[in-house]
Amino acid sequence: MSFVATPQSMHFPEALPLQSGASIRDYDLAYETYGQLNADRSNAILVCHALNASHHVAGYYEGQAKSEGWWDNMIGPGKPVDTNQFFVIGVNNLGSCFGSTGPMHMNPDGGHVYGADFPVVTVEDWVDAQALLLDRLGITQLAAVLGGSLGGMQALSWTLQYPDRMRHAVVVASAPCLSAENIAFNEVARRAIVTDPDFHGGHFYREGVIPKRGLRIARMIGHITYLSDDVMNQKFGRQLREGLDLKYSTQDVEFQIESYLRYQGDKFSDYFDANTYLLITRALDYFDPAKPFGGDLTQALAGAKARFMLVSFSTDWRFSPARSREIVKALLDNRRTVSYAEIDAPHGHDAFLLDDARYMGVMRSYFDNMARELTAGQTSAQEAV
Amino acid sequence: MTEASSTFQAIANLVPEGARVLDLGCGDGSLLAYLQRERQCSGYGIEFDDSNVLACVRRGVNVLQLNLEDGLAIFEDNSFDVVLQIDTLQHLRNAEVMLRETARIGKQGVVAFPNFAHWPNRLSILQGRMPVTKRLPYQWYDTPNIRVGTYKDFEVLALKNKLRILDSFGLQGGEVRRWLPNARAGTAVFHFEHA
Repeated sequence: MSFVATPQSMHFPEALPLQSGASIRDYDLAYETYGQLNADRSNAILVCHALNASHHVAGYYEGQAKSEGWWDNMIGPGKPVDTNQFFVIGVNNLGSCFGSTGPMHMNPDGGHVYGADFPVVTVEDWVDAQALLLDRLGITQLAAVLGGSLGGMQALSWTLQYPDRMRHAVVVASAPCLSAENIAFNEVARRAIVTDPDFHGGHFYREGVIPKRGLRIARMIGHITYLSDDVMNQKFGRQLREGLDLKYSTQDVEFQIESYLRYQGDKFSDYFDANTYLLITRALDYFDPAKPFGGDLTQALAGAKARFMLVSFSTDWRFSPARSREIVKALLDNRRTVSYAEIDAPHGHDAFLLDDARYMGVMRSYFDNMARELTAGQTSAQEAV
Repeated sequence: MTEASSTFQAIANLVPEGARVLDLGCGDGSLLAYLQRERQCSGYGIEFDDSNVLACVRRGVNVLQLNLEDGLAIFEDNSFDVVLQIDTLQHLRNAEVMLRETARIGKQGVVAFPNFAHWPNRLSILQGRMPVTKRLPYQWYDTPNIRVGTYKDFEVLALKNKLRILDSFGLQGGEVRRWLPNARAGTAVFHFEHA
C-alpha cells in the first residue's frame, strides 16, 4: 500500500471552445495531486490517462482497500516518478464517467443529462482543458507531461499546443495516430454499443436502462487487443472451464478464455458509461497531428520544444514499436532531444501498466535526471541571488 | 590516464568541436558523454542491449534502442557531422551495408575494431590456435565477434566502397601507433568521408 489520495474538483464556468466548433461551459474537472509543489513551481508533472482510466493515478482511497490508482507502481514516494521530488497531477478528461463533466451530467442548456448531446471532444480539447486547470493551480511550466497509450497522445499533443509550458514529454506505448486496423477495432466496439437495444440513441438514461450488452462486447474486443497472443496462450491456452469434456454447445462458456473475457466485459459494463466509450474511442480515431501537414509528421513536430523519452513494448501490436519509431524519426529529423527504449516484454499493450525491471529502470533513471536538473536549477537560481 | 580514456581521447580528436554525432553501438554512452563534455558535441547513441540503454539514460545521453541489423532507414542522408562505429563492426552480420550506411548518414565516419593482424594474434595462429587476448578475449566457438578483419583488410573494403580515408592509425594500450599499425596495434581506427 502507498499513500491516501484525495480526489478534488475544479469548476470552470467559462465556455471552452472545442475543436468541433461546439463549446462546453459550466464544466468540472476531477483531479488529484501527490507530493509538494516546490517554491518556484517547477516540479509539476502532469499525467494524462488512457482509455478507461481517470485522475486516480496513484495511492488509494481512505477505507477502500481495492482503490489503488492505475499507475501506482510508477508513481509515489520512492517510485520511478518519485512524489518526494515531484508534484504529480492526475486529471480526468472531459467526457469521462469518473468525475469530470461527461455525458452522465446535466446539460446546463437543456435541463436534462447530456447523454448523446455531449459534444465530441478531441485530444486537443482535453489538452486545452488541462492547461486551464494548470493556470488555476498557478503552474506556468511543467517539468513533464507523462502518458501511456491515449495518454501518450495527449503528451505528444501538449508538445505542439503548449511547447513552452513543458520541459519533458514522456510518451509510453503510444502512436502518432491510429492505424486503420486500430480504428476498425474501435468501430466494432462502437457498433456493439449503439446497436444494443438499450442504447436508445445515446439517451438511455431517460429510459432508465444501460446498454450493458454492447459495453460487454466492446470491452471484450478491447481486451483482446491489449494482450499478446503469447500471454493469452500462457494464461488460458485451450483450457476448458469444466474438466476435459466438450459440451457441444455454442452458447455456453467452455474455454477459460471465454470465461475471462465475459468476466472482464461484465465488470466493465457495471462501471463504464457507454457514451463515454464512444467519445473516447472517437478522440483516439481523430488524433492525427500530421493531418494539417499533409501527413508529414516531421513538419508537424517542428514546433515541439520538449525533450522526449519514448518507450514501446515489443509485443504491443495495438501500438507497436514501429509506431513509436515514427515519432522518434520525426523528432530526429527536427534534431530534437530524444531517447527511445524498446522494451522486450511479453505482455502486449498492457505492459505499460505492469512491472518490468527494464521499463521501470529506464523510467526511474529518466525522472531521476529530471529531479537532479530541478535541484541544479534551484542552486543556480540561489547563486544568482 | 587510463587506457580507456586515452582511447577515448584518440577517437575524440577525430571529432570536430561542436559536431552532431551518431554513435552506432554506443555501449554505456561514456564516449558520447565525453564528447558532449569535452568537445561540446550533440547527438544520439544507438544501442540494443537493455543494460547499456539504461546506463545511457542514467548518464543523460540520448539513446535510441534499435537493432543495427534492421538498418538505419530512420536517419536521413548527411544528417550527422560524424557517425561513430567504435567496436561495433565486428558484431554485425551486415558489416559492409552498415559501413555504407555510415557514409550515407554522416559527412564523416570513424570506425574502430579489433585488428586481427596484431602480432600476438599472428603468433597464436602460427602455433595453430585462434588467439585469445585482452582485445579478443573470447574462445573461437563462443564469441560475439562474428567478423574478424585486419587493418589492411579495412583499407581494401573502404576503397571498394569509395570511401576517402582522412586518417588512420592503430591503437595499442591507448597509444596511437602510426608505424606498422597492422602488426603493432590491437585496434584499427579509420577516419573517412564519402568521396
